[in-house]
Amino acid sequence: MFGLGKKDFTLFLIVAVLALFAPFILNPFPTDSGLAQFNAGYPDLMQRFVIFGILAIGFNILFGLTGYLSFGHAAFLGVGSYAAVWMFKLLSMNVIPAILLSMIVAGLFAVVIGYVSLRRSGIYFSILTLAFAQMSYNLAYSVLTPITNGETGLQITLDDPRVLGVSATADGGIPVTNLFGMEMRSFETLVLGPWEFQFSVGYYLAAIIMLISFYVAIRIFRSPFGMMLRAIKSNQNRLYYTGLNARPYTLAAFVISGMYAGLAGGLLACMDPLAGAERMQWTASGEVVLMTILGGAGTLIGPVLGAGFIKYFENIFSKINDQVVHGWVSFLPDGLEDLVVALIHPFVGKGWHLTLGLLFMLIVIFLPGGLVEGGQRIARRLRRKPAKDDAKSASTTPAE
Amino acid sequence: MGILDVKDVNKRFGGLKALSEVNLSVQENTVHAIIGPNGAGKSTLLNCLVGKLIPDTGSVMFDGQSVLGRKPFEINQMGISRVFQTPEIFGDLTVMENMMIPLFAKRDGVFRLHAIESVENEATLRERAEAMLSDVNMLEKRNMHSASMSRGDKRRLEMAMCLVQEPRLLLLDEPTAGMARADTNNTIDLLKEIKEKRDITMCIIEHDMHVVFSLADRITVLAQGTPLVEDIPANIKGHPKVQEAYLGEHA
Repeated sequence: MFGLGKKDFTLFLIVAVLALFAPFILNPFPTDSGLAQFNAGYPDLMQRFVIFGILAIGFNILFGLTGYLSFGHAAFLGVGSYAAVWMFKLLSMNVIPAILLSMIVAGLFAVVIGYVSLRRSGIYFSILTLAFAQMSYNLAYSVLTPITNGETGLQITLDDPRVLGVSATADGGIPVTNLFGMEMRSFETLVLGPWEFQFSVGYYLAAIIMLISFYVAIRIFRSPFGMMLRAIKSNQNRLYYTGLNARPYTLAAFVISGMYAGLAGGLLACMDPLAGAERMQWTASGEVVLMTILGGAGTLIGPVLGAGFIKYFENIFSKINDQVVHGWVSFLPDGLEDLVVALIHPFVGKGWHLTLGLLFMLIVIFLPGGLVEGGQRIARRLRRKPAKDDAKSASTTPAE
Repeated sequence: MGILDVKDVNKRFGGLKALSEVNLSVQENTVHAIIGPNGAGKSTLLNCLVGKLIPDTGSVMFDGQSVLGRKPFEINQMGISRVFQTPEIFGDLTVMENMMIPLFAKRDGVFRLHAIESVENEATLRERAEAMLSDVNMLEKRNMHSASMSRGDKRRLEMAMCLVQEPRLLLLDEPTAGMARADTNNTIDLLKEIKEKRDITMCIIEHDMHVVFSLADRITVLAQGTPLVEDIPANIKGHPKVQEAYLGEHA
């Protein structure tokens, strides 16, 4: 169906259902309950899930298929954001031209960086891309201030010369990003008993674009081009003596991957028309690498899972402060309560990086294939054992 | 004039003269073996033929065209395929995928992006790959992960990958190195079969005398970077110069 195999189509359907019903799935706790802070179903965070999902899907086309580890993907993200904001400033507040321009500019950028960096492979390639990304970051921060507005970041102002549209709304406000009049930030709230679900235009636009990106990625993975990319990862020497020059293939993969990142950057700007240099910093590049490896490099769904996982941690786990922990363990005697809180303290709130780091280590050591491999192992175990002693065997048998 | 003509080739690595005044002519549809003791320059010569090294002086002509200055993938497109000493295959891919890549390469030659659409005539290519696999008795292993196969099977697969491109010249770099006797004999049989069935020229670099004498139509003996003699196998065995330079070393 749609040129996909049966298995891929099922996977695509699952992702589509998850993405479209995310406002329900991510809001399992009633609004007034103590667990409501674990709800991730608000538009701002869901947008981050899918947008960083796009970034990771694109990164995986390069890293998962060809094995070239780019440490500079944030540069494309940043370039995409700047391009989109300029489009808002100069042309129109409609998101379509902004998204298109962000992809084109990031693609051109990727041609240049890729052409130079792909002369080397392995660690040298990684370092070259890292160097390019840091150069872009520093340029955006200082020399290119007229284009990037330096430290402050590029923003929409009241005197933008917007060709198709107005510089300011009738009541003197800054116009908002929209898709043919549908404002990105507008949302509907559905109240069902104690639950509240929010459906925002911005999220659904991003989710649909993510699904299109995911579909294209599946097609690339299953195509002869994808097979060629896996051959590059597997044995470049053999490919070279088989009459193929690997360079155009790696460059194409790099550019496609860069355009995905540009698209993600453009979408970020669509949701919040602001572009800052810190989006290009090397930590941002590293984050994509983490997402992809955490989810499972080279798998289709892995990067999306990894992106969701990290963004959930960043936004939800970091909000658990000492007070919240006190609330959980208040049943303990006073001295013990303080002790437990002191022990948990470094791992939550501002210390969420520590927990994430530990989890990342555990996953890399015990599940080198990432979350996807974990899922496959569980599925295999469930299938092998009869349903009756499932729970027991899962807890007693050590991991393979 | 043969299909491959090497003329006055010299190659130096610093102070070491790896090849000096090498002249060699491989005739079409023959099996030409190059033998010689360790350090005789066999591998250097082979690398000069496939574009990995460029000789300091001299010329290498394939079918009337110079291969010098061309990159390995361009030389492959001229019709020269190479089998490596340790089988070079795409370990992460299945046997069938391994076979498809040389076919795509042969078809496309240069870069073509088939990212969404499948290649036209993919079915025909698939049939050709399967026919080739059955020629080397590997059809039943087509869905196997190629990294998990035995060395003998990897060797077979690599040869199939080279042959499916229908090269005019097949270069084999010690095709039986490190193989058990049984595997070696299988490889000899396979190569004999290939020789009978196809119009193909083979150039074998080999250590193992048994392999050389059971396959070669002509043999060149290389020692210290220079060809000592070139003759048919029967005359090579008893040649005094060869005894001295090559067989003598073993005694």
